Amino acid sequence: MTANESKLDSIIDEYNAEPGSLISILQDIQAEYNYLPEESLEYVAKRLDIPRVQVFGVATFFKAFSLKPKGRQQIHVCMGTACHVRGSKKVLEELERKLEIKAGDTTPDGEFTLETVNCVGACALGPVVVENEEYHGEMTPIKVESLLNSK
Amino acid sequence: MSQNSQTPRGEMVKIMLNGAEVQADPYWSLLEVIQFYGIDIPTLCHDEGLTPYGVCRLCVVEIGSGDKTKLVASCMHPVWEGLEVRTHSNRVIKTRKTILELLIARCPSSKKLQDMAALLELKEVRFEPLNDDCILCGLCVRMCEEQMVAKAIGFAGRGTDRYITTPFDMNSEECRKCGACMYICPVCELRCQGPQADTVLCSGCINTEPVCAPDYGDAMCFMVPCLSCVKGPEDVK
Amino acid sequence: MKVTSVNELEAIRSEILAGKDQDKPCIAVCGGPGCLANQCLEVRDAFVNEIAAKGLTDKVDVRTTGCHGFCECGPIALIYPQEIFYQGLSIDDIPEIIEETIINNKTVDRLLYTDDEAGQLVETEGEVPFYKQQMRLILGNNSKIDPHSIEDYIAIGGYSALAKVLGGMQPMDVVDEIKNSGIRGRGGGGFPTGRKWESTRNAEGDIKYVICNADEGDPGAFMDRSILEGNPHSVLEGMIIGAYAIGSNEGYVYVRNEYPLALKNINLAIKQAREAGLLGDNILGSGFNFDLKVNRGGGAFVCGESTALMASLEGKPGEPRAKYIHTSDKGLWDRPSNLNNVETWANIPLIINNGADWYSAIGTESSKGTKVFSLVGKINNTGLVEVPMGMTLREIIFDIGGGIPDNKAFKAVQTGGPSGGCIPESLIDLPVDYDRLTEVGSMMGSGGMIVMDEDTCMVDVARYFINFLMEESCGKCVPCREGLLRMGEILTDITEGRGRMEDLDLIQDLSEVLRDASLCGLGQTAPNPVMSTLKYFRNEYEAHIKDHKCPAGVCTELITYSIDAGNCTGCGLCLKKCPAEAITGETKQPHVLDAGKCIKCGICYDVCKFDAVRKE
Repeated sequence: MTANESKLDSIIDEYNAEPGSLISILQDIQAEYNYLPEESLEYVAKRLDIPRVQVFGVATFFKAFSLKPKGRQQIHVCMGTACHVRGSKKVLEELERKLEIKAGDTTPDGEFTLETVNCVGACALGPVVVENEEYHGEMTPIKVESLLNSK
Repeated sequence: MSQNSQTPRGEMVKIMLNGAEVQADPYWSLLEVIQFYGIDIPTLCHDEGLTPYGVCRLCVVEIGSGDKTKLVASCMHPVWEGLEVRTHSNRVIKTRKTILELLIARCPSSKKLQDMAALLELKEVRFEPLNDDCILCGLCVRMCEEQMVAKAIGFAGRGTDRYITTPFDMNSEECRKCGACMYICPVCELRCQGPQADTVLCSGCINTEPVCAPDYGDAMCFMVPCLSCVKGPEDVK
Repeated sequence: MKVTSVNELEAIRSEILAGKDQDKPCIAVCGGPGCLANQCLEVRDAFVNEIAAKGLTDKVDVRTTGCHGFCECGPIALIYPQEIFYQGLSIDDIPEIIEETIINNKTVDRLLYTDDEAGQLVETEGEVPFYKQQMRLILGNNSKIDPHSIEDYIAIGGYSALAKVLGGMQPMDVVDEIKNSGIRGRGGGGFPTGRKWESTRNAEGDIKYVICNADEGDPGAFMDRSILEGNPHSVLEGMIIGAYAIGSNEGYVYVRNEYPLALKNINLAIKQAREAGLLGDNILGSGFNFDLKVNRGGGAFVCGESTALMASLEGKPGEPRAKYIHTSDKGLWDRPSNLNNVETWANIPLIINNGADWYSAIGTESSKGTKVFSLVGKINNTGLVEVPMGMTLREIIFDIGGGIPDNKAFKAVQTGGPSGGCIPESLIDLPVDYDRLTEVGSMMGSGGMIVMDEDTCMVDVARYFINFLMEESCGKCVPCREGLLRMGEILTDITEGRGRMEDLDLIQDLSEVLRDASLCGLGQTAPNPVMSTLKYFRNEYEAHIKDHKCPAGVCTELITYSIDAGNCTGCGLCLKKCPAEAITGETKQPHVLDAGKCIKCGICYDVCKFDAVRKE
């Protein structure tokens, strides 16, 4: 953990260790490690001088944070209204079948994490699947196979 | 509080409480004023020694007049000159009952909730019971933080996944095992084992004059079944 | 660039304009979210490369802009100065555009938009029916500027409203101007902006905050995203003016983390504005100090609620608190705080520049100005539209939106996000303003407009929104946490064929409790999608409950798939694609679908080319 402390320090110092910046700090830590390691949360609580239970509460409240490592490939299925009326549920179900995991889970090999997101704001293209920040519009269950195979 | 910052300390304002004009201290919460005048309204998440939290919503009252009325949580609501309050209007009663129905469906084993159900004459629970043991009133969290200054427990998760826990769900080093959280919990105790205790509502107390609930609210009933509960509704009046 | 006085700003503006050749061709490539997903950046690069290859780099500008609005046609490029509108571009089209339009000054007809009704090609953006009936006061500038360039913003008159304010208006004059304009908050509730400013201004306290709510969480809405991405300085300018009027020296912009480009652009804009002396100490030499911080959300819809947003700014979970004491008195860190939404802030410079009278002449009696809507769902012209308040739903959906695809029938339009309701066809001539939408059981909200056709099940829509809200509820108060859970259970039962008629009464009771007793706006408005569908589409609920049928063919538990032997050619495609191995049959023989094995994924229905799969 010592090796990481300097990295955490640099993230925390960027926000002057302000308690108000807790969410931004956690975002940056998550971007660094792909999840929020428990030690990092302990460390943040110490540096920001806030109760550990507050850091834990924030880390579990917001959907963006994960306390478990995420897969190397992240697939987000947009469940916004526009995508919903155009059939995003069926796309999600097909992804769940193909990957053999439920939304929110990671494949046992650590390759894919499948998640839903409530609107990515690309409503014109619905249903949208965002795969590692790349947008795939007008998705159908049939297109799911080629999406996964292209990886 | 903008409304009462104009009123100096010690000066009273007049409010209409259930149609009667009464004096009220604008530095009190509406709930405090209502209780001061001896009107009993149910609360679950409120405790005199803790910061009001306003989440159980059982203390709702109706304020305003004409067609401009609304329900507010009295434990959080300020008092100002001319405020009109009704503590037991039909709308209020109906709302309290539905809220209690939701709570009992979550934790049917709570004696406190069952007693309250008897008082509010709740007759049926239309939801599938979940047999949970926490109503997330947050009394323990505030107790731990404000009175014990330990901050050993808090809320985690959100929405229907919200729960009360220690940091990282592990034995907490901040916790001094003082037990204050258990002391203040309104649902930790077991429910009165009246007849048909397997149903969601402990129906024995419904429509009876519950001896234990209003007068000895803090006393646990050790009689199984308790004497008032063995009376069926048909035995009363 | 450092601007130290109002006069200097005008001098700099003249200098920038003098350096710009208005006749120099400029290719404005739309970089909005829709076009980005359609690889518009590759198109942009192709323009740059082709221009370089032709040796025209000095003679033609290429600009990546924010959203132009017409997402359906992306990738889009506008060729200035003629404003030629090219749509549906791919990298292969680029050499032709450069050759024909830039060099030979001719249009490439196959890339122009076809006005189907008039049966002809249209050349410029203004002639496209989608744009023709809009009033693009806010969005119109997106195509004219590079959001990364403060000079571009200044060139189109940017920061002149700030100069006007700091150059001679008293803070109270500014508040009055905003009050007189009649603008109401664009984020949801529609509270009069000027009154909010006045309350915060009058509140006691040395430190006050102004906050920009850019946590646009309504599913199906991306207006604020497009403004922040495409014209961040307009939001900043509005905020600085607001801070001056209110007497605040510190502000926050709270941006949704799902919007990385918006974050990048607003951060860059703040940096530029600071360097230019438009943020920081002694702005434009006026003695007024104001600075801003950007905070990121963590993926919680409830943080769009002002008190939840403020809790989150304090580094706490985004839980709302009772607003019996307004945030204008006690908001962030218990200090007076004024929170407005992105679109509201972007309107402020317009009001200051053109005056309250000009602004209040637009719109209806109770709703002034324009409103941006994201027109999405089952609609031909998907995209962002900006119209004067009071335009009817019919005009927006059919004249601008081009109606429903595939000749399907219009069923309803959902406005106001999860807090809003579904408006049926019988109310299609309703003028869109705050009060009229509320009257019919919906609301303006932030401006999502989701169009639904005959294939949309309204019970499923209600369930969708309740499930959405259940997931997004913070869980603090009982009515919202427990009530939404139970409402979701009931609606799931109905959509899966287990509903009972008395469930409809129970929904009614729960709706009233949610509306009356919830702690914050999320719970109080949560019943709207259910109540409005129950009011206007009760027959669909009854069909689910009494007949165990989903009339729109959406609720999977209530539909069955089968293969029509008459139409089936035995091509085997459905058999190959079926994930449940529910289809059997020999090649060239009609296939059979085993309803027992069928998981109702609908893939066979989608892949069949011979219309042989039946859905009932």
